Amino acid sequence: MTSDRDLVALRPEQATIPPGHSWNRLPVIGGGCALLGAVACAILGAANPKQFFFSWLVSFLFFLSLALGALFFVLIQYATQGGWGIVVRRIGETAFGTVPVMAALFVPLLLGLHDVYSWSVPGAAEHDALLRWKAPYLNVPFFLIRAALYFSCWSFIALLYYRGSRGQDATGDPAVSARLRRFAGPSIIVLALTQTFASVDWIMSLTPHWYSTMFGVYFFAGSFVGFIAFLSIVAVAMRRAGLLDTVISAEHLHDIGKLLFAFTAFWAYIAFSQFFLMWYANLPEETIWYKARTEGSWMAVSIFIMAGHFGAPFLYLMGRAVKRRGWTLAIGGAWVLGMHFVDLYWQVMPTLHPEGLRPSLLDVAAFVAVGGCFVAAAGWLMRRQALVPLRDPRLPESLAFENA
Amino acid sequence: MAFNPLRSLGVRAPLVNQLPTGPYYGVLAEFATPTDLFRACERVRDAGFTRWDAHTPFPVHGLEGAMGVRRSKLPWIVLAMGLTGAASGFGLQWWVHASAYPLVISGKPYLAWPAYIPITFELGVLFAALGAVFGMLALNRLPMHHHPLFRSKVFERVSDDAFFISIESWDPRFDAADTGKLLESLGARSVELLES
Repeated sequence: MTSDRDLVALRPEQATIPPGHSWNRLPVIGGGCALLGAVACAILGAANPKQFFFSWLVSFLFFLSLALGALFFVLIQYATQGGWGIVVRRIGETAFGTVPVMAALFVPLLLGLHDVYSWSVPGAAEHDALLRWKAPYLNVPFFLIRAALYFSCWSFIALLYYRGSRGQDATGDPAVSARLRRFAGPSIIVLALTQTFASVDWIMSLTPHWYSTMFGVYFFAGSFVGFIAFLSIVAVAMRRAGLLDTVISAEHLHDIGKLLFAFTAFWAYIAFSQFFLMWYANLPEETIWYKARTEGSWMAVSIFIMAGHFGAPFLYLMGRAVKRRGWTLAIGGAWVLGMHFVDLYWQVMPTLHPEGLRPSLLDVAAFVAVGGCFVAAAGWLMRRQALVPLRDPRLPESLAFENA
Repeated sequence: MAFNPLRSLGVRAPLVNQLPTGPYYGVLAEFATPTDLFRACERVRDAGFTRWDAHTPFPVHGLEGAMGVRRSKLPWIVLAMGLTGAASGFGLQWWVHASAYPLVISGKPYLAWPAYIPITFELGVLFAALGAVFGMLALNRLPMHHHPLFRSKVFERVSDDAFFISIESWDPRFDAADTGKLLESLGARSVELLES
């Protein structure tokens, strides 16, 4: 039992990266990876630009989905006035702080728009009644306007919450929490709509004849479970590195583990529902997407996703002890995060390689380049800030949190 | 003895819920405040008693730790029941659809596993929920229509403003005189010996 006397606020030095700590080098390490990846992309991509653009799209979506999942995680904490997660909230704030960088990383895709999105090729709609019908939505200018709109909305929300939370570190004004809570509901609606349309634009329109009315939720489910997996790894890694090791307790890891478990099941529910209705109705314009993913070696990937994105982590994360020990939780998180990448790869790549799974060095190069930028941006933010919202009114509640 | 499926799972709870017989049920001690009770529970736990309980009008946070209550076996019952339910749901549909009464429905194969998932899921959840409810009742030895604690007049205040510890006479460390003295030394407002 924790008495109120134990609830002293954190001293700032408990919640910052000490000078000389290896995590201070994250921006340099990330920047180095980004540079290396970019050079590799340039060399390898010159010979095979089409492969480059698809590989880039997968890695871009992967890291963007983590940032968007982080945004939802923080918004939902404000909206519900959640207490337990305050000590890990800044990890989320740091992750969604990379949204402007992700906007810059979207630009290379525009150079290969015609290579990636068949509907964008001039004259594609001429002999295609369906594309003509969809042209008022699926045309290049409107596509660009929408992309700009998505990134503006995300950057605006991200900045609002990042600056609000950072500002509270200095002032300790509880009114900031109340104000951000009021904005949380509308922000979640904006995020849900923009994320849905972004997934339609960037993934669904790869197969422009196909549509799924629950694709937005599918992308959301992947992005949120991906972020929770990322969060579990970062929280454990920070404890190991001696950062926040007195702040993040087994109780917090337990709750992150519960979310990871729950949203693994949620992802499976959404993924299966999307497949199930199309399989059952058996209409060609719907089954075309799954047909491409159940032929040749893509079928093996499909089965791997079923077993690996749901079956294995569902059973592994069920127990209590697994979620409370750092290294066992981090293994589960790393596995789910890897499966999230496989899931996105499986959504995008059959458009380029309908003949089967064709891994490429460019997949690795693009991942290193985009991931390097993500790590560099997040690491840069981490150095400039406290690692927890020091003066959030619910910080004492979070520090003392215990699972009943 | 009648077949008891719970016993085969290692659950030591008879289906007909009866307490062990003996001259005494045990000792009942009344405490004035949750803090007194909390500290007394820690001492009773540390003294090595295993067959005892605390009774409060409202949940006292952290009391299970002070009592040294071990984790329940209930999750294992729920898991076993959930898996049984899921397997039954899938098996039933498979047997009916592919073997007992094969029927082609909208061109799907006999073993149309995606179509079985909703029922498999529902039966898994249903069995798990039933396992949770009835497993909880069995582990708590419920239903039990009468309990020796109800013989005590002061115990009526357990739902109002008093806090109790009861130590059962079949605890290996129980001694009718010494155990009562121990509870008195822990700050009990009153101690009484209850007949079984």
